Amino acid sequence: MSVYVVRRGLQSVVVLFAMSLIVFLGVYAIGNPIDILINPQADQIDRERAIAALGLDKPLWEQYVVFLKSAATGDLGHSFVHSTPALRLIVEKMPATMELAIAAMLIAVVLGIPLGLWAGLRPHAFSGRAIMAGSILGFSLPTFWVGLMLIMVFSVMLGWLPSNGRGPTVEILGVDVSFLSLEGWRHLVMPATNLALFKLALLIRLTRAGTREALMQDYVKFARAKGLSNARVIGVHVLRNILIPIVTVIGLEFGSVIAFAIVTESVFAWPGMGKLLIDSINLLDRPVIVAYLLVIVAIFIAINLAVDVLYSALDPRVRLSDSKG
Amino acid sequence: MTPLLQVEGLRTHFFTRAGVVKAVDDVSFAVDRGEVLGLVGESGSGKSITGYSIMGLVDPPGRIVAGSIRLDGREIRELDAESMRRLRGNRMAMIFQDPMMTLNPVLRIDRQMTEAILAHDDVSRATALERARDALGRVGIPSPDERLRAYPHQFSGGMRQRVAIAIALLNGPDLVIADEPTTALDVTIQGQILYEIQKLAREAGTALVWITHDLSVVAGLADRVCVMYAGRIVEQGTTAQVLDAPLHPYTQGLLDSVPSRNARGARLRQIAGMTPSLVDLPDACAFRERCDRADGACGEAPPMRVAGGDPGRGARCHHPLVPWPCP
Amino acid sequence: MNADPAPAPASRAAQSPLRRVAGDFFANPVAAFGFGLLCTLVVFAVFAPAISPQNPYDLAQIDVMDSRLPPGAASASGGTFWLGTDDQGRDMLSAIFYGLRISLAVGAASTVLALAIGLAAGLAAAYLGGRVETVVMRIVDIQLSFPAILIALILIAVLGQGTGKVIAALVTIQWAYYARTVRGAALVEKRKEYVEAARCLALSPARIVFRHLLPNCLPPLIVVATVQVAAAIALEATLSFLGLGLPITEPSLGLLIANGYQYLLSGKYWISFFPGIALLLTIVSINLVADQLRDVLNPRLQR
Repeated sequence: MSVYVVRRGLQSVVVLFAMSLIVFLGVYAIGNPIDILINPQADQIDRERAIAALGLDKPLWEQYVVFLKSAATGDLGHSFVHSTPALRLIVEKMPATMELAIAAMLIAVVLGIPLGLWAGLRPHAFSGRAIMAGSILGFSLPTFWVGLMLIMVFSVMLGWLPSNGRGPTVEILGVDVSFLSLEGWRHLVMPATNLALFKLALLIRLTRAGTREALMQDYVKFARAKGLSNARVIGVHVLRNILIPIVTVIGLEFGSVIAFAIVTESVFAWPGMGKLLIDSINLLDRPVIVAYLLVIVAIFIAINLAVDVLYSALDPRVRLSDSKG
Repeated sequence: MTPLLQVEGLRTHFFTRAGVVKAVDDVSFAVDRGEVLGLVGESGSGKSITGYSIMGLVDPPGRIVAGSIRLDGREIRELDAESMRRLRGNRMAMIFQDPMMTLNPVLRIDRQMTEAILAHDDVSRATALERARDALGRVGIPSPDERLRAYPHQFSGGMRQRVAIAIALLNGPDLVIADEPTTALDVTIQGQILYEIQKLAREAGTALVWITHDLSVVAGLADRVCVMYAGRIVEQGTTAQVLDAPLHPYTQGLLDSVPSRNARGARLRQIAGMTPSLVDLPDACAFRERCDRADGACGEAPPMRVAGGDPGRGARCHHPLVPWPCP
Repeated sequence: MNADPAPAPASRAAQSPLRRVAGDFFANPVAAFGFGLLCTLVVFAVFAPAISPQNPYDLAQIDVMDSRLPPGAASASGGTFWLGTDDQGRDMLSAIFYGLRISLAVGAASTVLALAIGLAAGLAAAYLGGRVETVVMRIVDIQLSFPAILIALILIAVLGQGTGKVIAALVTIQWAYYARTVRGAALVEKRKEYVEAARCLALSPARIVFRHLLPNCLPPLIVVATVQVAAAIALEATLSFLGLGLPITEPSLGLLIANGYQYLLSGKYWISFFPGIALLLTIVSINLVADQLRDVLNPRLQR
């Protein structure tokens, strides 16, 4: 098991290197690095100093080494707009995005799995069909528009919830969180619901499909032939089997939730990494864009690694094939 | 004496979009305590659905629409879900065809065994574990302690079927329905499993309903045989009666297509045509299209007729191989 | 289960595949509704200039005096704004017809281009195998492990904005789905004996690919393409809403919604609401069609 983790960890490092090369080529080689990395408002002397400092007069492979070295020390350039290290800007905004993403994922999981299970057990009943119709709607509703409609109903018409911002935060273990105060909750609930909708629909469909598939399997019939109660057949035999793909998808989709937070954060003016990215694109603050890209790639690789490890822990068949190979 | 299992006029139909599939249509038979009944037929003849019907495991769109199933004289079709659950795996158990599919791949063997005990007996986990280990030992699995902690994929097909058998016998059932439990196994393993179940059933006095398409398996195992065709029992009798002096042309056809019964070098005989679709089956003899003895009378479904005054011996045929009333 | 499903009546086999699919498709009333809705929307989009009460981008036809009127209000020139007007005094109904036209056009154009590229890459990977396959599929795998919105934003950030660049971004995202689908289906087919036989007969590779592999890739490809049209339209709308999509000169539904954002807080819901409904209906109708196509074209579910 630990050998497996180490090996997967090494693979991840390789992927990270590969991605850094792609990012490097994308930003430094395809685009004009001087345009991308140096403030267009800078004067001639500043430009030349920057070109020398960034090593843009050196051969490409040497530039890549420099880029890697500075990236490894956490130096991804300074923001033109804020004049602070780009990476620090991103890291400062990360807790807000993470809180939003985790809250959204929790909503999707807590509602999605039971609803999907229900729909899978009663595929022809009205309730099952209604859940599926709802999930099609969840897939089809454009996230940003739902966000607007939520604001319209709950902020403008009913006046129950604030339409933007994060509200007061409390610091625990050096991380700002907003879910510890009522006001924080009031700010969190609408964006989190908005971000959860798509994943909720996905989890409902995934759970329903898995349940229907599992119910047709002989082991379910055999479990019933053993005289197990329905609750046990579904809660243990069916659920344990469908949980494997579900956990995998939840893990992989977490990355996509972080990415989709870009839209929700823009709608609700939630001060996270995604809103920072949009602002940076609009302000042409390129070092921040590059930093965001590398951070998100690193997050994705970490998530993939975690999912793989979790998957092998859940599925005994994977564990065996690993110890053999 | 009331038989252990008495099935009368059982009809299990599937209500599909294409029409009503009469998978089991007016099936009656009885099994005494400790008796082995062979239920023989091609795939699609309704023999598995008969087994599921007895166990109360027919899934929608299927439904038992008529008939009675009495276990030890008690009508089990009238039982509520909880009483039925208490019978399953306890008084009657079932073994399935494919051992690769019947054990849950993500649960350890010990869990899959003890849950079958704990579902029926109020015993401690440790006691259940002990009983599970003994049961594994009885079906011939070496080092049961170690195997209990394994997952199904770590067993061979034959070993998995032994585990399934051990699970079926865990609570000492009166009746075991075995749905082709050797078909998916290697020939060498088939014989071992066959012998194993027979031995265990005889020791415990358990009655067996052995579902198979293979007459040669039935020959060495069953006390009595029911031959099914298109959802109906077309012939029944003791194993010797059915195999040595069949009444129904279909049974004769099945016997003719067993390789070992044919003369060496002779052309293997087969039954012409295909099994009919069970959708909206007309009320006629379902075998008439494949039967060389069929005539106009076969447009009407033949009733089960008792032969020679023996209530356990009979066939559904207007033109049996030995003319009515058969001796 | 031993109860074999009854073989389908013989008359079905005699039908042409298209008629069988059409028959199965319209057996589901919800899917038929989705199809009808989609057709209606396409008609609205295609004939937008003919059926719109006004040309919302002809300055001579709009009057600032009419700006931000609620739905059903009378215009200065006597007509009725059934869905209200925006901040410029445009009739929202007309703006939606025109926006629908642009959204559908961008979605369709990017799908066609991505389909062509993905089809070529997928068939090449499946037929040639070896290094080509490894390279193509690696790129596909890496690309598909990142969310579409992220890739789109990065591309827009690097390439800059504009209609062509949005389409380019959508194509870049989508080709990978097609390539993977096509390769999967083609590989299954390639292993079948008749393709081996065709190779033994020394039929030209082009003939094998286009006569044998391609037709068998079509059913899954149709399903994926349908889903992807909806995804492309939604993504374009999202980019436009974020201000990173189509330019103001080509106001798609997403841009209309973004325009109304600022008036939403003052209760003027209709500027965002109705374009959103149009967008929603478009995506729902396509997804309903895709859902049913998936069932109808899936051989595993055919009973």
